[in-house]
Amino acid sequence: MGELEAGATTEAGRARPLSPHLSVYRLMLTFVMSGFHRISGAALYFGMLLVAWWLVAAASGPNAYANFEWFIGSWIGRLVLLGYTWALLHHMLGGVRHLIWDTLHGFEPAEREMLALATIIGSASLTLILWVVGYLVMGGPR
Amino acid sequence: MKEPMQMRTPMRRVRGLGAAHSGTQQFWHQRITSVAGIPLTIGLLLIITALLGRTHAAVVQILGSPLVAIIMLLFIINMAYHMWIGMQEIIVDYVHEDKLKLLSLMANTFFVFAVALASVFAILKLSFGV
Repeated sequence: MGELEAGATTEAGRARPLSPHLSVYRLMLTFVMSGFHRISGAALYFGMLLVAWWLVAAASGPNAYANFEWFIGSWIGRLVLLGYTWALLHHMLGGVRHLIWDTLHGFEPAEREMLALATIIGSASLTLILWVVGYLVMGGPR
Repeated sequence: MKEPMQMRTPMRRVRGLGAAHSGTQQFWHQRITSVAGIPLTIGLLLIITALLGRTHAAVVQILGSPLVAIIMLLFIINMAYHMWIGMQEIIVDYVHEDKLKLLSLMANTFFVFAVALASVFAILKLSFGV
């Protein structure tokens, strides 16, 4: 076969098969944590807007900062900040899990379950601890 | 009949055909920025906790102090690159239509640059004043 024809069929963008995904797997904890990792990453992507708003507001002056504080102090702002805290910690712990896998460790069934469980329990409890500390620092809810 | 002489290697047929049109460099860079991200994230959380409930003047002073500003700058730059690669990965996974994919990848770059630059500018302004 000439090289030309082979090249032509490939470059014409012939439909290539997709590997089966999502629907062919049972809803297991490791599967859910994999999804959470991506979703928390995407959430943090947009959460960076909050960080930018915070920094730009601080740099802009007292009025701009007061606006930011008003938002972050509102119940919706608190909810967003709670979500951001959890997403940040969850993505960080999930990332550690991926780094462990990168060393070719932790692939046994029991280990995978343990790591998935550690990620969700770890992120939930660290978030709780951090918020308790945060409220203690501020001297109670305002 | 003799086959025509082949001047091109098989590499020609496969190069650039991956979803992201590049190799493993970004995989590696995602690992580097994830490792760096661990201490930087802890740093950010400590900084935010230390700033809770403080007045604007105090926040400005602390955010503008060299150590805090450097940690914040490292956090922003590291995470900007990390999230740029991550969102690109999500886009090439789910957006298959060429034009939409191109636009999404562009939007990803614009978003990351705008957010990162705004944050960096703010930190520098807090550090150098005026």
